Amino acid sequence: MSNEENNKEMKKLLKQAIAPAQETELRRDLWPQMLRKLVEQPAPVVSVPWFDWVLAAILSGVLVFFPGSIPALLYHL
Amino acid sequence: MELLERFAAGDLDAFEALFRQHQKEVYAWTVRIVRDRGIAEDLTVETFWRIYKSRARFDPAAGNFRAWAHRIATNAALDHLRHSRRETELPDDLASAGTADPAVRRETRERIKQAFFQLPAKYRLVATLALIEEEPYKNIGEAAGISIALVKVRVFRAVRMLRKKLNSLGVEVNAK
Repeated sequence: MSNEENNKEMKKLLKQAIAPAQETELRRDLWPQMLRKLVEQPAPVVSVPWFDWVLAAILSGVLVFFPGSIPALLYHL
Repeated sequence: MELLERFAAGDLDAFEALFRQHQKEVYAWTVRIVRDRGIAEDLTVETFWRIYKSRARFDPAAGNFRAWAHRIATNAALDHLRHSRRETELPDDLASAGTADPAVRRETRERIKQAFFQLPAKYRLVATLALIEEEPYKNIGEAAGISIALVKVRVFRAVRMLRKKLNSLGVEVNAK
């Protein structure tokens, strides 16, 4: 039996048990629900990954303890 | 500024306009996958929540909002299928099964549903859309973010898994 025939047979069988969705019309406006969600969970401000904070801390440490490295850093920027 | 540009810039009014334009379509797509009105409504809101969160990644110049919304809705529905078991009851207004005995028919239907709900989520998604809803492979591929060839592969595998499962449940399905 070909794939096409296999699929046809399975479609027939499935439709005996599971009807295609008949009512797909939205019955109410979902905007109020959306608005509630927006208020409850405001979109997060851009989050900074933890390793970026670690890098920033290391860099700050280097600049504080070895101020001589500042010109070198500026030169390379 | 255009609506999509305003939306991408974070304008809530533009988002509301887009929500109102597309909520029906997103809901209709979602309900065909999850087959439950309440869940589809929640997933529609979840879809737009994801859209709103990732608005900065949307390119108004190149982007097709409808296709993007469909993709996100499909992912939200897939996440739901992954995390849900058989809580979702399917409607019973169905075509008649092959046998005349209503009890046997009911039993057969239950087994078919059982086998179907045991499919892994990604196969259930394509099987629902391709075999039950008879959605073109192209649309399924676009919404799921996969190629038509991969849709065909997943349908093929879903059919094979279903056949195996149904046979083990005592529902006779012809061998390939």
